[in-house]
Amino acid sequence: MSRAVLEVRDLRVSYAHPLGVVRAVDGVSFSLAPNERFGLAGESGSGKSTMALAILRMIHPPGHIDGGRVFLDGVELSALDREAMRRLRLAGIALVPQGSMNSLNPVMRIGQQIADALADHGEALSRPVLDARIADLLPTVGLRPDVASMYPHELSGGMKQRACIAIAICLRPRVIIADEPTSALDVVVQRQVMATLARVQRDLGAAVILVGHDMGLMAQFVDRLGIMYAGRLVEVAPIGAIVTAPRHPYTRALVASLPSLEHRGRLQGIPGLAPLLRDLPRGCAFHPRCPIAGERCRQETPALRSLGTDGTVACHAAEATP
Amino acid sequence: MQAAYIARRFGVFLLIVWLAATLNFFLPKISGQDPVRTKLLQQAALGGAVQSGMEEMVKEYNTRFGLDRPLLAQYGSYLYDTAHLDFNYSIANYPRTVRELIIEALPWTVGLLATTTLLSFTIGTLLGALLAWPRSPRWLRTLMPPLWALHAIPFFLFGLILIYLFAFQVQWLPMFGGYSPGAVQGFTWRFVSDVAMHSILPALSIILVSVGGWALAMRGMMVTTMGEDYVVFAEAEGLRATTVFLRYCVRNAILPQTTALALALGQILSGAVLVEVIFGFPGIGALLFQAIQENDQFLIQGIVFTVIVALGLATLVLDIVYPWLDPRISYRKLS
Repeated sequence: MSRAVLEVRDLRVSYAHPLGVVRAVDGVSFSLAPNERFGLAGESGSGKSTMALAILRMIHPPGHIDGGRVFLDGVELSALDREAMRRLRLAGIALVPQGSMNSLNPVMRIGQQIADALADHGEALSRPVLDARIADLLPTVGLRPDVASMYPHELSGGMKQRACIAIAICLRPRVIIADEPTSALDVVVQRQVMATLARVQRDLGAAVILVGHDMGLMAQFVDRLGIMYAGRLVEVAPIGAIVTAPRHPYTRALVASLPSLEHRGRLQGIPGLAPLLRDLPRGCAFHPRCPIAGERCRQETPALRSLGTDGTVACHAAEATP
Repeated sequence: MQAAYIARRFGVFLLIVWLAATLNFFLPKISGQDPVRTKLLQQAALGGAVQSGMEEMVKEYNTRFGLDRPLLAQYGSYLYDTAHLDFNYSIANYPRTVRELIIEALPWTVGLLATTTLLSFTIGTLLGALLAWPRSPRWLRTLMPPLWALHAIPFFLFGLILIYLFAFQVQWLPMFGGYSPGAVQGFTWRFVSDVAMHSILPALSIILVSVGGWALAMRGMMVTTMGEDYVVFAEAEGLRATTVFLRYCVRNAILPQTTALALALGQILSGAVLVEVIFGFPGIGALLFQAIQENDQFLIQGIVFTVIVALGLATLVLDIVYPWLDPRISYRKLS
């Protein structure tokens, strides 16, 4: 596993809440190969976005990183001091934010916001060099160079998200975490922005973590998908395997709920609601909604295990061969 | 585009001033009081004089002040005079003109109030921003309860407490007035330091009371701003903490504060009445208080007009400056 760009081991994050501790991320491990596109999918509240922030060590009170280690190119992030961690953000791991509508400072020009990012990472450039750099950067995400002199409110949603991607890639990071980058955009713009993200990822040779809940988008974009449920990874497998032969009953239910072009009929949902993270059921967190739950599932929390194929799954009932 | 915007704003400003001036003229007229007669009766009562010839005197003064002409004619010449900043004679301080009195009092009020308002805005806003910032030192937080308590006290009451403590008990500072009696006015070190000594207590009572308000408002705005997506993204960009604090948080949180500052600066002429009366400070507020007591109609009108112009100017300046502070507000006309 030493060749992994990013490795996350047993990451745990909790939030202090008056009614008890909320375990938002509970022992998540995965690793990212160079150039890989990894997806993290799950319902709202399954801990996807918290994961993204925890990797960047941006969990603030009442949240707390309880444990776990994150390695970027073999360097352990939890061992870094605050200043080193700050420098590693954007330069090593960059975030493409959720909610692009409001992710840019409304009172600053786009060019200035890119300049801020460069300046605070030690790239104090002279005005002409800086302007040239920004003018080169913007077309790589499909924006005209003169966008640099515009304010965020003068841009469309898609352009704003492109500007965010431009900032994210300006220091050529090793890993890009895209946290639901297109959730605020319509499908046409969504497709264009994802194509842009895919292109810059290839050009940079960066690995991408795509966080989201849109299984269709995941199927088009990622190589490998991790399914999160109640703060845990319940299945990790190549995207083809997830779509054609899901192992975990939750994954099966997610895939079954996708509308199909061939078969008409009622859409299938997943019965019940996601559990409260501060009051998880004993055993497997999914068992109250699971159609095949047995006695063992109510008692014992399943661990991720390999099933001989490429994927891993955390389910007592999943057989070794599909 | 900008010139048209500024011209339009200036037109609105003139309209407001004209409306206010008109109200300012007609309101005292319909109050039914006769300022000249009242004043003469007061003086007669004081002097114990007989009231023979009183009617002739009232008539004579009314002619001199132009009060015997038809209302519309009075209104016309009032507008003409006001436009030339001529507010007639002060009835109570005849033969001094209202303009003289206002010009004399204006520097005192502007000096005291503008300084204290700007100071408390700066201190309070900075304090509020730091209070909301998780990385600021913990001891700062202990400042907050006393400031909020002070904010709840009316400043004239707080002024009285300060007078009692520092002017009466320990006698470090003068109790009353803008300068020592008999001091020679002018830009000498002696006179300036004398004025400064006299200003400390009124300034302190205003600053200590209002800092808490500015801090409270700024802290609230900061907390909201720090939850914005662009601040989260700024942190994810690995920007320095000071960059995130100043250019992303404070820069945005301060926008509503500047509106409040402009209004506060516009109100300094009228807001100071109580402080100036308590400290015997020779400013506009004290002058207005005296004018109301003596029913000096022209002086009241002159002061109220000055206050309105000040408020209108403050909003005018804010309107012109604001698009520069917040680019989302533009000079363009909405179609």
